[in-house]
Amino acid sequence: MPAPIRLRELIRTIRTARTQAEEREMIQKECAAIRSSFREEDNTYRCRNVAKLLYMHMLGYPAHFGQLECLKLIASQKFTDKRIGYLGAMLLLDERQDVHLLMTNCIKNDLNHSTQYVQGLALCTLGCMGSSEMCRDLAGEVEKLLKTSNSYLRKKAALCAVHVIRKVPELMEMFLPATKNLLNEKNHGVLHTSVVLLTEMCERSPDMLAHFRKLVPQLVRILKNLIMSGYSPEHDVSGISDPFLQVRILRLLRILGRNDDDSSEAMNDILAQVATNTETSKNVGNAILYETVLTIMDIKSESGLRVLAINILGRFLLNNDKNIRYVALTSLLKTVQTDHNAVQRHRSTIVDCLKDLDVSIKRRAMELSFALVNGNNVRGMMKELLYFLDSCEPEFKADCASGIFLAAEKYAPSKRWHIDTIMRVLTTAGSYVRDDAVPNLIQLITNSVEMHAYTVQRLYKAILGDYSQQPLVQVASWCIGEYGDLLVSGQCEEEEPIQVTEDEVLDILESVLISNMSASVTRGYALTAIMKLSTRFTCTVNRIKKVVSIYGSSIDVELQQRAVEYNALFKKYDHMRPALLERMPVMEKVTTNGPTEIVQTNGETETAVLETKPPHSGLQPGSQANDLLDLLGGNDITPVIPTAPTSKPASAGGELLDLLGDLNLTGSPVSAPAPQISQPPFLPDSSQPLFNDIAAGIPSITAYNKNGLKIDFSFERSNTNPSVTVITIQASNSTELDMTDFVFQAAVPKTFQLQLLSPSSSVIPAFNSGTITQVIKVLNPQKQQLRMRIKLTYNHKGSAMQDLAEVNNFPPQSWQ
Amino acid sequence: VCSCSLSCFCLYFPRYASLYFCCAIEDQDNELLTLEVVHRYVELLDRYFGNVCELDIIFNFEKAYFILDEFIIGGEVQDTSKRSAVKAIEDSDMLQETVEEYMNKPAF
Repeated sequence: MPAPIRLRELIRTIRTARTQAEEREMIQKECAAIRSSFREEDNTYRCRNVAKLLYMHMLGYPAHFGQLECLKLIASQKFTDKRIGYLGAMLLLDERQDVHLLMTNCIKNDLNHSTQYVQGLALCTLGCMGSSEMCRDLAGEVEKLLKTSNSYLRKKAALCAVHVIRKVPELMEMFLPATKNLLNEKNHGVLHTSVVLLTEMCERSPDMLAHFRKLVPQLVRILKNLIMSGYSPEHDVSGISDPFLQVRILRLLRILGRNDDDSSEAMNDILAQVATNTETSKNVGNAILYETVLTIMDIKSESGLRVLAINILGRFLLNNDKNIRYVALTSLLKTVQTDHNAVQRHRSTIVDCLKDLDVSIKRRAMELSFALVNGNNVRGMMKELLYFLDSCEPEFKADCASGIFLAAEKYAPSKRWHIDTIMRVLTTAGSYVRDDAVPNLIQLITNSVEMHAYTVQRLYKAILGDYSQQPLVQVASWCIGEYGDLLVSGQCEEEEPIQVTEDEVLDILESVLISNMSASVTRGYALTAIMKLSTRFTCTVNRIKKVVSIYGSSIDVELQQRAVEYNALFKKYDHMRPALLERMPVMEKVTTNGPTEIVQTNGETETAVLETKPPHSGLQPGSQANDLLDLLGGNDITPVIPTAPTSKPASAGGELLDLLGDLNLTGSPVSAPAPQISQPPFLPDSSQPLFNDIAAGIPSITAYNKNGLKIDFSFERSNTNPSVTVITIQASNSTELDMTDFVFQAAVPKTFQLQLLSPSSSVIPAFNSGTITQVIKVLNPQKQQLRMRIKLTYNHKGSAMQDLAEVNNFPPQSWQ
Repeated sequence: VCSCSLSCFCLYFPRYASLYFCCAIEDQDNELLTLEVVHRYVELLDRYFGNVCELDIIFNFEKAYFILDEFIIGGEVQDTSKRSAVKAIEDSDMLQETVEEYMNKPAF
């Protein structure tokens, strides 16, 4: 049998194919040849054949029959074979094929090979595609290599360890001793991979995190050396020394400094230095700045530093590179809740981004703009947003319209302005308005009693020209039906009244009924409107009777039913007609099942405890800890001891009392955070739309999101007792193991009262496959800004976890 | 660069002349640094092949993989020095047997 063709020959041949079919034919022919060669167990050409197979695999053709051959190549003594064999293993094999386990022994042998490049191949393969079984078997070997003095192997072993930890988190402990001296290395490769390893360990385990906090000074020193050092050709990128290492160190510092005063303090200077001295002319400098900003926002930094960070983001917005603008908008969106005032300063730049050409930038800018609307800037912002609504892509119109309605409802400076804004949205994007907006708008209009005449006149004029936009026509029909008498009598005060006759009004409503463009629902609205006008109009009652009776035989069942009933109203129940068709009363805003009473249990205890102890007096640390326990219902017997070894034993308790103490003294809501109050975590999820709960009116928030545990708060207000807010918490778990014995506790400031109902269960299943729900009722008679401290305890991966957090991002509608 | 966003990671497509690169990153990764990573990889290819062009990569795809494996493992950068990655590949190339050596050496 002739020797199989060489790899490059094959590539050349395939490239000459002019059609897909020709290529397929060539490949099938070659695959057949390769298959027979494999069957013959030919050692000489196996490597060449597998290489060709990999090329064809890259083009998208099936190559599974080569899997076992890769294993044979790996077992070969020849380096050329091993190289291709390992590559084949990484491309063709993964956890789903049982075959991959056969590799384990070969890799084990190769990890102990005398040639470092063979060891390197084995480490690389294990680190890229090792399954959990393989990782368990080989972790010991990796750990050994992590301690070697050969930096070529050490850096690969570090990344291999990262992969092992990702696959089998329980093995993390095993690598702890080897990490002792990792940061003392001079070799940048080892340094970089060590930082990655440390980051992975700290992200997964709070104990590790606490243990590694002591590395902060060393990390700061390394970073400082990088910045101050002169030009190093090996690691230089556009004048910056090793930006990859700088960014990884910044990220590790972020994790170590989160929620920790001392660490954050230690980093302040270096962060300020990086933020001010980094060259921004090239992308690499901006990459470092971006990471620095993320770190500043996430740790407990001083306010000056935070403002600096937001200003950097503001500068990014003006950059020509749209990637940088995009990244800036995403970050600003995350920080707008916590540093609202600082972000406001960049409002005009953000609004300019609405006119950007790129779709993703426009979307971010739109979301951010809505977050920035407040009572002061609402007129200007609405103008820009309405203009945006006019010209934006259809996929934005629904969200933009909903956002405008929400913002208008919250901040409208006058009723007329509100109605005008709504009209503008309905006329420009009328067909994109969400269905649930129609009843909300109708309710709004009903409640603006003095604007009825103006509203109905404007709506009438709007649909005269064009009655194809369904939500607009529905609202207009309803209004005309209700306020048609005001329309024909020309009573409008706000603007020049128009002359309309009853017949003209009925003309337009009948056109809506007849039109092919009208949806069934819209026709229903129109018919009912016509019926209502029978009591409001004087001359045209007969016409109305005729129209209604025609629809008594409509094919549309809904219309038919309405018409028949209205007919009956005319014929048999004419005496009841005026009463039935009377003007609608002002409607109460209906919220879903709010509670009628608050039973004060936890609330009472809290207030009692606080009233007996004066704030800021010299309390023993022990009793402070006990206060925290009382406030939180005290499930633990031992005092709360935070994981950071350097801070005072009961500082957590002290902080809580300080928070409540502040509120006692000042009485009014604290607008700028005091230095000892913890900053809420940097909300990672920016892909959630801001307005996902329009019907209920109060947006939900993510109150806590750390270590795979996410807690969302959703709100309802009681319609009988306006001081009551009902919060429903949903706790979900995105890690691979369940969280058991989950206990959620909360404390609120003195002026509030809190009741915690029983949770749905105490186990949060893994992989977000289920949630724990629990209801909290908050009584807020003084309508103060809602703040809450929460304490979470649960068991995860065999260890007891506990965390304290503060929830500050309650939306104003939940407590105003 | 264009990007699209899936639920757990984003795809970035930097473009170098006629070559398109596709890179999937996670939520917490620095997007701007990713562009630098891709750029560094192109530099490594350039250093190894000498003025790299499309054909170099097509006909030496396995080398492109080897270089990538010296630069990145398991999604993380392993060495930030431009020199050492290329040196490792060149040394490994030397280890590869010549045709005669290959034919004569026993496989197992």
